[in-house]
Amino acid sequence: MKHVLAVLVEDKPGVLTRVAGLFSRRGFNIDNIAVGETVSPGISRMTITVEGSETIVEQVVKQLHKLVNVIKVSNLSDEPSVMRELMLIKVNAEVGSRSDIQQIVETFRGKVVDVSPDSMIIEVTGNEDKMEAIKLLLQHHGIKEIVRTGKVALLRGSRITREHQ
Amino acid sequence: MKKKMTKGSAMILSALQKEGVDTIFGYPGGAVLPLYDSLYDSPLRHVLVRHEQAAVHAADGYARVTGKPGVVFATSGPGATNLVTGIANAYMDSVPLVLITGQVPSSFIGTDAFQEADITGITLPVTKHNYLVKNAKQLPSILSEAFYLASTGRRGPVLIDVPKDVFDQEAHFEYSVECEIPGYNPTYNGHAGQISRAIKAIRDANKPVIFGGGGLIRSGASDALKELAEKARIPVILSLMGLGAYPGDRDLFLGMPGMHGSITANYALSEADLIVATGVRFDDRVTGKLDSFANNARIVHIDIDPAEIGKNVKIDVPIVGDVKTVLEAILKKLHPGDTTGWLEQIENWQQQNPMPGAFKGTGSTVKPQYVIRELSRLCGDNSVVATDVGQHQMWTAQHFIIREPQTFITSGGLGTMGYGFPASIGAKIAAPGKRVVCITGDGSFQMNIQELATAVNNRLDITIAIINNSYLGMVRQWQDIFYDKRYAHPLLEGNPDFVRLAEAFGAKGMRARNEQEATEAIEQAIGEKGPVVIDFVVEPEENVYPMVAPNRPINDIIIGGDRS
Repeated sequence: MKHVLAVLVEDKPGVLTRVAGLFSRRGFNIDNIAVGETVSPGISRMTITVEGSETIVEQVVKQLHKLVNVIKVSNLSDEPSVMRELMLIKVNAEVGSRSDIQQIVETFRGKVVDVSPDSMIIEVTGNEDKMEAIKLLLQHHGIKEIVRTGKVALLRGSRITREHQ
Repeated sequence: MKKKMTKGSAMILSALQKEGVDTIFGYPGGAVLPLYDSLYDSPLRHVLVRHEQAAVHAADGYARVTGKPGVVFATSGPGATNLVTGIANAYMDSVPLVLITGQVPSSFIGTDAFQEADITGITLPVTKHNYLVKNAKQLPSILSEAFYLASTGRRGPVLIDVPKDVFDQEAHFEYSVECEIPGYNPTYNGHAGQISRAIKAIRDANKPVIFGGGGLIRSGASDALKELAEKARIPVILSLMGLGAYPGDRDLFLGMPGMHGSITANYALSEADLIVATGVRFDDRVTGKLDSFANNARIVHIDIDPAEIGKNVKIDVPIVGDVKTVLEAILKKLHPGDTTGWLEQIENWQQQNPMPGAFKGTGSTVKPQYVIRELSRLCGDNSVVATDVGQHQMWTAQHFIIREPQTFITSGGLGTMGYGFPASIGAKIAAPGKRVVCITGDGSFQMNIQELATAVNNRLDITIAIINNSYLGMVRQWQDIFYDKRYAHPLLEGNPDFVRLAEAFGAKGMRARNEQEATEAIEQAIGEKGPVVIDFVVEPEENVYPMVAPNRPINDIIIGGDRS
């Protein structure tokens, strides 16, 4: 099963290496990781998607806690939360196929963000299923390139994941 | 008013003194010249080793005997990389160390400069934490954090890498031993509800054992352990790292479990209905095949490191906390159960499976176990034993009676050959009033033999007992048992004459080839001043028994050996 972890870390040199190194040396798999600033100065938030059984994820969480620069780890998969990812897709778009692509993009509430004589870049946000679905539909036009941000997530409601509790 | 400015190197030495450090183990070099220049005027004792790895092992031995962090200085590049094995060793055995390495000047970092190595990157997986200092202003807080991290929670090594120019930079120096780190809050008091469950489990158990490890020693929990065992009449099993936490000659002590553990300890763990695990991490050398480990038992696990609880073995009552604090809380409300029948059963096992007998040589020869038993008998109570790694280590664990915590110094987790002798140097410096014995092998000793110069130079009274079988004995044993006696390169042909070698270093050398010579050599050596090397030429193909093959259930034991 996939678990999404919110990890609050001190914004210090090498902290990403420490986290990534922990996963590789203990044989845990990172599906994806997204890092960015938080409302608290000096604190960054990592959203890490990890594949594994309950026991493995429990061990991942405990080992992350042992890193001195890690302040808090929450497993958002245990709670109702909003999860999103952003994907940019560069797809072949000859004049004749543009309207079909436009329709697909609209259905998925995506945006065309760049057009050239023979290709388009499409921006789409959502969960994993949505990403897979649009990829499938655009495939026969010929996808040239894809880039994804990795998942980010927040708890639903007014509760927050913060450094002090 | 203008603030007083202090140089980075002076800050480091001043911080060490405020942290109660008296001895540094180190080796100078280019990038630490400014630090050594400040050390020239300092009252701190510096012990010059002959290889940086030995500095870490010596500091590690010092830390295991005193409980205080050991401190190491080394230069950049090769000086720093030579530390790595010692750091990994300390990390695996949770030993508090603070290591200060020089680095190339800040402006050269990342340019593959002369003697540059990314030591914070290299040691990332084997330190509790590490730092690359950017400027002297950061030094006071980094030093304070390093000592705090090394010596609290689950102990461990912390490395501080200091660029050469930072030693010479000046900044305001204000030092506080206390510090707060947002992501670091070890739990010391166990959860009250879980402690109640542990007390109830002890009351209800008919066949309980206490299984303790190195955590007992690091937390100073020996007295609490004795009280628990003796009030509740629960037998005690100690892992290699735990030896000494409970006196090795008391009736309730069943020995070490696992691969070379006592038969009774392995049977007791397998048959127990309750295991009170204290400061242990269920290493594979202890558990054998995990699926069949302690299938009949509920397990209470007390450990300061939450990540150890449930890592290898499923736990029924998890208690995160300091072992001593938690045991004392349990003792306050202890209801002993009835263990009479269980103790009778254990006594039967002990009578049916005594530790193999007298280990008699042929008359012209001596067996290694005999030597270790004689060392145990003659060295007596006020001694510290350090071992290297291999057969002699297991024989020491089996046959040397360890009575006190912090008196048995061995590389448990990493199994580092070459650890024992430099560790014994650190131990002797930490406890000059104690008799220090290093039990080593002819293979292990040669991995840090150059430290004879350090021992001679510092006039350290250490008895170095080489259990010399001219083999890498444990390798040969595995090849004997598991590889059809195909002895692929365990034979140490071309060993030096250890007696003359000792003499060349200015130490005393002796040789013993039979039982009488062995006993006489030990008697003579322990009265000598300075390091004494005794080359015990033992029967070469003796194996360590009992033995559990790797990944077999621990009650599936190869008895083997001399049963006389």
